[in-house]
Amino acid sequence: MSKITSLADLNKKREELKSGPGLRTNAIDPENVVQVKVAMATCGIASGAKTIMEFFLEQLERRNVAAVVTQTGCMGYCYAEPTIEVKLPGQDPVVFGFVDLKRADQIIEKYIKTGELVDGIIPVNYQTIDLKE
Amino acid sequence: MSKYSMHLLVCGGTSCHSSESDAIVCNLRDELEAKGLMDSVQVIMTGCFGFCEKGPIVKVMPDNTIYVQVKPEDAQTIVEEHVIKGRKVTRLLYKDPVTQESISDSKHMGFFKKQLRIVLRNCGFINPENIDEYIARDGYQALGKVLTEMTPEQVIKEVKDSGQRGRGGAGFSTGLKWELARKNQSEEKYVVCNADEGDPGAFMDRSVLEGDPHSVLEAMAICGYSIGASNGLIYIRAEYPLAIERLKIAIKQAREYGLLGNNIFGTGFNFDIKLRYGAGAFVCGEETALIHSMEGLRGEPTVKPPFPAESGYNGKPTNVNNVETFAAIPAIILKGAKWFSSIGTDRSKGTKVFALAGKINNVGLIEVPMGTTLREVIFEIGGGIRNGKKFKGIQTGGPSGGCLSEKHLDTPIDFDNLIAAGSIMGSGAMIVLDEDDCMVSMAKFFLEFTVEESCGKCAPCRIGNKRLHELLGQICEGKGKLEDLDRLRNMSVVIKDTALCGLGQTSPNPVLSMMDNYYDEYVAHVTDKKCPAGQCKSLMEYVVNPENCVGCTACARVCPVNAISGERKEVHFIDPSICIKCGACMEKCKFDAIFIR
Repeated sequence: MSKITSLADLNKKREELKSGPGLRTNAIDPENVVQVKVAMATCGIASGAKTIMEFFLEQLERRNVAAVVTQTGCMGYCYAEPTIEVKLPGQDPVVFGFVDLKRADQIIEKYIKTGELVDGIIPVNYQTIDLKE
Repeated sequence: MSKYSMHLLVCGGTSCHSSESDAIVCNLRDELEAKGLMDSVQVIMTGCFGFCEKGPIVKVMPDNTIYVQVKPEDAQTIVEEHVIKGRKVTRLLYKDPVTQESISDSKHMGFFKKQLRIVLRNCGFINPENIDEYIARDGYQALGKVLTEMTPEQVIKEVKDSGQRGRGGAGFSTGLKWELARKNQSEEKYVVCNADEGDPGAFMDRSVLEGDPHSVLEAMAICGYSIGASNGLIYIRAEYPLAIERLKIAIKQAREYGLLGNNIFGTGFNFDIKLRYGAGAFVCGEETALIHSMEGLRGEPTVKPPFPAESGYNGKPTNVNNVETFAAIPAIILKGAKWFSSIGTDRSKGTKVFALAGKINNVGLIEVPMGTTLREVIFEIGGGIRNGKKFKGIQTGGPSGGCLSEKHLDTPIDFDNLIAAGSIMGSGAMIVLDEDDCMVSMAKFFLEFTVEESCGKCAPCRIGNKRLHELLGQICEGKGKLEDLDRLRNMSVVIKDTALCGLGQTSPNPVLSMMDNYYDEYVAHVTDKKCPAGQCKSLMEYVVNPENCVGCTACARVCPVNAISGERKEVHFIDPSICIKCGACMEKCKFDAIFIR
């Protein structure tokens, strides 16, 4: 272990280490960060959802976007796998289909960073119930 | 390198640890290894989550799922269902005691909703054995800020302005204490952390040290800078082996990083911390006794003045603060005095950690803003009284505190309100009593503790408490007289006025407050010779109800002293002169024919 000999050292160290508990820090308040859900049912995984999930985990952090990336079950759009749902703070979730690495990159750069929509949006075609109400 | 996409946090506090949480960690790791998931899922042992009632706890992040009462063999299910298939294991979720609904997101649990965690900010969140996690959560930033941007006077002013009062029990202003220690000139000064937590039912300090040891180390260094000390000592009882272990690891890691030792952050400031072990004497929580114990002398208090700030450890100016007091300091420095003083009540700022124990549904560790009412703590966070029984009282402040009754339930908790109500804040133990608890026996129980723990130096405490205890014993046995109640009260007042240290000055509090709030119960014991709660054995009589008794002889056979006589198929009789009131007959009777009179 190298010594921390100044406050600048400590700050550098903190930045390096942030990703350690970062996953937990963002999860304290998921409503205020970007939430990405990757459909990881059999069909999703078979079409490459795992790679997409890893891509988001890695790239969002590298590009300094505070986000919670979770996996979820089948969303029902098996024809469009891999599918992901992105929810920006305070907005309705948007589902993207046919997400490959190129589209994933666009989603981060355009939709997540600037709010500009990109190709591949799957319109909401069902309503769901809330058991609590 | 692949990234972790999920964290499994396993509680490693003493209580979860003793329910095999380390085996859960092992099994989870084995399971993940077998499934090839070690690179994407991380298992972390953390400090106490506070929800001890339902431990061991496993929390899954980022989805905030809390699993309760997890057993080592559940590891496989959690990995196969939750981690791999993304399905929550309903069987292990917490069930709302009222609606019986499973709650998966910890944020929706009544237990966590009302809490505000400042001192416990990292407990149950980071791995206490890894300094990197503390640094990632802004650890040692406060120390950095203090050393590079602030003068000692500014630090003291900040702490003073925050309005923080000592969390050990007395509620003295932390900033003022630091200022006094700074004013006394000396080559050598000491910062002491009082981790001698001794009241029955208290485990706040232990949990902080087990869950977030670095916050205390950082605060001690900040204190050292402010008062001009370069030596820190933590006085901790040897009965806290896990806390000691984690402190040792934390000190070692901080030294390796140069965050303790010489020339910290290149500013020329030196500070190091050593551990001192106590043998677990209650009186050593009193600061002068604590200092004597550290010096290798008998753990006896001495008269103040001189205060430790003038002449403490080895005769040098010494500042003693409690664990919880220290743990809040880094947050106060980073977020500012204004922020801290915006929380809480007029004269008690910030939050307070409480250990909930006794007849309450959610036994555990909580932190709430000052000013939260007892009702909120007991019924909303604590989930109410066990087994649907009726609330009777709550003992705050341990054996030095008092017992508050139903009429105090809406009192906002702070230092002054609790004193006005006849109790004290103390270190933060809360013992909840229900209708089955006898208030004379309870007072006797606490007195027993103080009699045992009295150091014997001054007469009021040594002799007075002993006499109080004897009187209470006589009342429990039905040998008390009405005038004994006056004697109890007078003697209590005298002890309070004349004892040397805090132990003796507060030891009659349970008696006084219980007599104030439950006087009828005391009178019932001495005049009617009855114990309304049915706890005092000498005042009970087991009687057979002739209408229900069918003469099955089951009770006679189970009686260990042959006190029950009667022919088969005839009504039985219990001889009160032989009966030892063990209750075995009542338990055995299938016809509800035996009752207590």
